[in-house]
Amino acid sequence: MTIDIIFKLILIASIFGLSLVTAMYSTLAERKFAGFFQDRLGPDRAGPYGLFQPLADGLKLLTKEEIIPESANTFLFLAGPSLAMLTACMTSAVIPWGTYIEVDGHKLPLQVADINVGILFVFGVVSLGVYGVMIGGWASNNKFSLLGAIRGASQNISYEISMGLSIIALVMITGSLSMREITDQQSGFHGMNWYVIKQPLGFLIFLICSFAETNRTPFDLPECETELVGGYHTEYSSMKLGFYLFAEYINMFISSAVMATLYFGGYNFPFMHDLGLSQNVVAMLGVGALFIKILLFIFFFMWVRWTVPRFRYDQLMRLGWQVLIPLAILNIIITGGVVLFFQ
Amino acid sequence: MYLLQEIIFVFFTLLTLVSAVYMAITTNVIYAAFSLLLTFIGVAALYIFASAEFIGLTQIMIYIGGILILIVFGVMLTNKVGNQPIRAKSINTVSGLLLSSALFTLLMNSIMEINFSKLPWIKNGLMVSGNTTPIIGVNLMTQYLLPFEIIAVLLLVALLGASLIAGRKDN
Repeated sequence: MTIDIIFKLILIASIFGLSLVTAMYSTLAERKFAGFFQDRLGPDRAGPYGLFQPLADGLKLLTKEEIIPESANTFLFLAGPSLAMLTACMTSAVIPWGTYIEVDGHKLPLQVADINVGILFVFGVVSLGVYGVMIGGWASNNKFSLLGAIRGASQNISYEISMGLSIIALVMITGSLSMREITDQQSGFHGMNWYVIKQPLGFLIFLICSFAETNRTPFDLPECETELVGGYHTEYSSMKLGFYLFAEYINMFISSAVMATLYFGGYNFPFMHDLGLSQNVVAMLGVGALFIKILLFIFFFMWVRWTVPRFRYDQLMRLGWQVLIPLAILNIIITGGVVLFFQ
Repeated sequence: MYLLQEIIFVFFTLLTLVSAVYMAITTNVIYAAFSLLLTFIGVAALYIFASAEFIGLTQIMIYIGGILILIVFGVMLTNKVGNQPIRAKSINTVSGLLLSSALFTLLMNSIMEINFSKLPWIKNGLMVSGNTTPIIGVNLMTQYLLPFEIIAVLLLVALLGASLIAGRKDN
């Protein structure tokens, strides 16, 4: 009993640390990739290859003057970034990071909470995520912030629908809402039985929707600097701004993890059961495999950001309501037919 | 372990009640909307305590992720008309208090009289352990198909009506 609790605490601490470190270095990677795509060097002054740049940025944000606008609602102004950070970190609890490791005959699963409605939990947290943007944007008492907040909220609820519909098609195949069970189902065929093969259209819809849910380009209209100054965080400064920017990177990390888990086999990797290694080694290799998948997705997010221009607002709404939702419903019908046929 | 559960339960009950009361008495509309958010979270947590995690998370997704966002939307856009923040005044305090306490007494009485732990469907529910989602799905598609379909048609009609009203072009 105690070993379980101690292990859970260590697990929570290390997941928290890992997501923060990944998010921290994503900021550097983003600038490096931006440099690469635009044929320049990117940050290279702080440490070798600019490796200390995130630390310098963090220190800079911490030491900046903290400004709370006089006409802003102070309580909600502070609640906004905190809520954004909280909801960004919450989803990692249900993601299975690895199979299990054995210590003294105890089976310790590498997952904080294996709840049997894991996917619903992810959606619940995603829908809570809007409030950070909305509260912050409204409390700033600034027209641009409010416009950004409204854009963020309407974009989030629009794309949540097609995201949910694309997941329904997946759940029709898996027959389970538990993230761990879905991952384990993908371990067949030498760890290559990934759901992206059975659900290509569903994955595409899910991918587009995660871009919209994380407010990344081409869906970064809530903070569109050409129209709205800085969007919902125009009035924020110091570490509160840092929280908003950081939450975006954590969100990117988490949604990459969700996509890798649901569609790309999670911690399964090719020939995982054929190598003849002990369970602990396989589990650790699995964690590594999941992280490689996550990093590839993060790279994809950045690749798209520096390649595709931003949508216009009406284009964004049309894509969400008139293209993605009908496609997702079509996907459900096709999946239903195929499931019935093979029954 | 039991004590911890008790503490968490009391915390969420208090969260629900306090935020609900605050929502009723505050004059600031936006505070009311956000305390409604806390009420919904508390109720969802109570559902999860009753081993109905599917209902609890659906509550969060639909009420917090959908309905409340629309309410907050409306409040945000209309909160300041001509630099004058809208204030919700409390009117009919006495009659409202009387009516709600009467309703509370009625509900409380009937809940006490029914004696839930003796009801057959509660006993059946207690035997279900673990994952309730497949059971809910199967029951919705078999035993309760007609109500389910009626609700679906009702929602469709509401949707059509809303888009008709929103899309009407007055000359």
